[in-house]
Amino acid sequence: MTQSDLPPHMRPERSFQGLILALQRYWADQGCVILQPYDMEVGAGTFHPATTLRALGPKPWNAAYVQPSRRPKDGRYGENPNRLQHYYQFQVILKPSPENLQQLYLDSLAAIGIDTALHDVRFVEDDWESPTLGAWGLGWECWCDGMEVSQFTYFQQVAGFECAPVSGELTYGLERLAMYVQGVENVYDLNFNGREGAERVSYGDVFLQAEQEYSRHNFEHADTEMLFEQFRMAEGACKSYLDAGWRRDPKDSKASRHLMALPAYDQCIKASHVFNLLDARGVISVTERQSYILRVRELAKACGEAWLATAAGGAG
Amino acid sequence: MPDLLFELFSEEIPARMQGRAADDLKKLVTDKLVDAGLVYEGATAFATPRRLALAVQGIPVRQPDLREEKKGPRVGAPEKAIEGFLKSAGLADISQATVQKDPKKGDFYVALVEKPGRPAIDVLAEILPLVVRTFPWPKSMRWGSGRLTWVRPLHSIVATFGPETEDPDIVPFAVDHIAAGDTTKGHRFLSPGTIRVRHHDDYVQKLLEAKVVLDPARRREIVLHEAKQLAFAQGYELVEDQGLLEEVAGLVEWPVVLMGAFDPAFLTIPDEVIRSTIRANQKCFVVRDPKTGKLAPRFILVSNTEATDGGQAIVAGNERVIRARLSDAKFFYETDLSTRLEARLPKFEQIVFHEKLGTQAKRIARIARLAVALAPLVGADVDKVRRAAQLCKADLLTEVVGEFPELQGLMGKYYALAQGEDPSVAAACEEHYKPQGPADRVPTDPVSIAVALADKLDILVGFWAIDEKPTGSKDPYALRRAALGVIRLLLENKFRLSLGSFIKGHQSVIHEELHRHTTRFDFAEEGGLTNPRAVPLDEKLPSDLLAFFADRLKVQLREQGARHDLVDAVLALSAQDDLLLVVRRIEALANFLDTEDGRNLLAGVKRATNILRIEEKRDGVRYGGAVDPALFRDAEERQLSQAIDTARAAAEAAVAREDFSAAMAAIATLRPVVDAFFDKVTVNADDKPVRANRLRLLDGIRAATLAVADFSRIEG
Repeated sequence: MTQSDLPPHMRPERSFQGLILALQRYWADQGCVILQPYDMEVGAGTFHPATTLRALGPKPWNAAYVQPSRRPKDGRYGENPNRLQHYYQFQVILKPSPENLQQLYLDSLAAIGIDTALHDVRFVEDDWESPTLGAWGLGWECWCDGMEVSQFTYFQQVAGFECAPVSGELTYGLERLAMYVQGVENVYDLNFNGREGAERVSYGDVFLQAEQEYSRHNFEHADTEMLFEQFRMAEGACKSYLDAGWRRDPKDSKASRHLMALPAYDQCIKASHVFNLLDARGVISVTERQSYILRVRELAKACGEAWLATAAGGAG
Repeated sequence: MPDLLFELFSEEIPARMQGRAADDLKKLVTDKLVDAGLVYEGATAFATPRRLALAVQGIPVRQPDLREEKKGPRVGAPEKAIEGFLKSAGLADISQATVQKDPKKGDFYVALVEKPGRPAIDVLAEILPLVVRTFPWPKSMRWGSGRLTWVRPLHSIVATFGPETEDPDIVPFAVDHIAAGDTTKGHRFLSPGTIRVRHHDDYVQKLLEAKVVLDPARRREIVLHEAKQLAFAQGYELVEDQGLLEEVAGLVEWPVVLMGAFDPAFLTIPDEVIRSTIRANQKCFVVRDPKTGKLAPRFILVSNTEATDGGQAIVAGNERVIRARLSDAKFFYETDLSTRLEARLPKFEQIVFHEKLGTQAKRIARIARLAVALAPLVGADVDKVRRAAQLCKADLLTEVVGEFPELQGLMGKYYALAQGEDPSVAAACEEHYKPQGPADRVPTDPVSIAVALADKLDILVGFWAIDEKPTGSKDPYALRRAALGVIRLLLENKFRLSLGSFIKGHQSVIHEELHRHTTRFDFAEEGGLTNPRAVPLDEKLPSDLLAFFADRLKVQLREQGARHDLVDAVLALSAQDDLLLVVRRIEALANFLDTEDGRNLLAGVKRATNILRIEEKRDGVRYGGAVDPALFRDAEERQLSQAIDTARAAAEAAVAREDFSAAMAAIATLRPVVDAFFDKVTVNADDKPVRANRLRLLDGIRAATLAVADFSRIEG
């Protein structure tokens, strides 16, 4: 379907949800499974098990999804036109990364109305690393007329394990992209539903109050004692689920199986988000910070190891 | 002779790696060609964001044939040995070998091994894939299901070989699934099709038609020229920026230079902040008004495409991003202005400068204390120095410096001026970091000098006190630069300073801080209190640090063309902690040695020290102390003895007045008497006491010259 076939309220340059739907449709056409957001708090679309865990192991995997992402420290009480503590990422993961991944990406921009005959699209070096996930990759930030609109990464390692085959990951910052195609300067002015007049719903209508409330929560009121306890509990649960899930074959370590990698990984995600909240509250010192990151990484690595011993992780 | 065209076409190569990669490609391929006996005429390498390319001209069609004589076993050697020889020489029968006569050791077999040269194209088919597989990228990656690594996914390879006048051959090889061929691609958007290429010239031409400028130097020229033109046409002047130019040329294959504008209201932000914002985040150039030298509300961007609307949308998009960035910068700047610098200081108590050397607050206090002590010696106002030292680091806590660390110091100056500080105090906030290297400007305002010296000496003494000195190539705290900074501050401003006493004084300040800290821990752990003074002061630290300064000074003087042996000759004297005096002494010495008196005296002194060294070694004693006039036998001995006494006294007096030319002149008076002595007197007299007395006289020459320099270190 070309853009001109779309009713006005569905067009990516007029409607935030239209932009999301256009991307979903495009990547569905490329053979991706279109997933829904993961139902837990995460800092980025990469944390979704559909990326972190599925990037590991030999099995092909193509998926796309929107992921609400929480970065408690980035809250600005709704007063900054560009910064949010809760925003949307559109995430695409293709394993193995296809030869024409750059072209697929450029075509996805065309699908949301960015015409390369008019715009200057560039791939500018940007290496990606996630210390908490024990992951890194090489790639670019993608610029459109000088603005970063996406991250493009070839995963080399996740959870401490080498990725073979390599996954290609695309992450679109949806609000920023929408602001660009809609031509607005303030995220809260984005047209969310593509309607005009009384029917128009703006991004601010949907999220401004939430930004204000969560900023208060993240910086001033989040219950740190509870959070410290939650961190310990999530860490403990992650480890005990991992322990309980192993079916070790004493003769052949390759024949070992894991039966609960996903529930264990949920607890790793939980610990990571709780750490981000504690960090935003400013109750973690510089030296402690490093040790918390290491603790989450250890969980991620153990989950990755467990995942590789599951069917979807390629075992057996 | 045939030429090679080699292109590696990939996804976008980071701009900062392209230049080095082109050089590496050229070196790897041509080194391997030469190793294979293929001496070529010339080679040129290029890089764009999507390709590395190499053209090698004049490669011979074949390797030269190799003939080698292989020595074998003697005639009549055991069968096993003969067999082994035949195998290694590739012979079927021993009759194919020749026999070489050797009447001494017996006759032996020799095989003539002929290794015919292979066609160059076959050699290339081995070399080129090896180069791809072993290419030294700073960071490389895998992609898809393959195991091949490259900087970013590699898509195609062009490798053609043939004479200029003919259709070349394709060098037959493949790297994993990528087979070498003769097709490549042009510009990603402007010329999406495939192009077939033959030789280098035709490759460059076809790329140009496909909107790719292959040569990075040419892309830089285009960008620079067009940027200047665009600026000029609007009555502005480009603010040139070599680093940015190189980066930008590595981000585009087809540079299209455009100009955008921003709201003049942003010009209330300091120029440097605007420039950093536009440069760091957007990789755009700024322009200035040639009449005022101030920035104009315009910027220059380099896009990678010829847009169908002439670039309007691209300019509008960039303007939009720059507007957002400058809004942030303006907000940061104005936020910073609303807090006075001194109000930020308490926060330094929470910021660790170095885990052993304590907080930034402590460091600032130490700098202030030292700067105040230095102030009178550099002619600075003590109150201004104290104020400047207190404020000089405060801008580290501002938003603008947080965003653009390279603006540290400069922002301090702006904020200090904005809050009405004395101009010297404000200048010191910026200049106390200077000089940052051998080419950086040395401050001349006494307030800046005092704080700059204190800043650097505190770092040096501090890291010496915790034993974190630079080793080899490791100098993480830039201590060499700090020492050079002290040297340049003192020498270029011609300040006299006994560094040793300041080092000692500051050492005890730091020592006390370090060990007061330990005491608290001792108390907590052991239930007792140790006296900080019980931890002994490192007695060697001052001389050790002075030796480090001496080393740096040597490097600095050598770079300025001074003779390193003269530097050594002066630094060998004890208690040389006044750098300005050291340099003056070296200058006087150099001037003296340029005269005939100087050269002759040097020869005489060297002769004396050589004789002394030999005789002292033979006798196992050191000849020193007073000479006995009663043992003089010749007039020349008496004359020399008197001349030494006079010259030494005069030289020492002159050195005490710091008149080094006069000291050299005094020493020069020794020349005729030294010459006469060696002419007439035999040092190694038969009479033992006379001989010893003469040797002591020679020692007197050595001792007298030590008033100005250690002549034994001087070459020639």
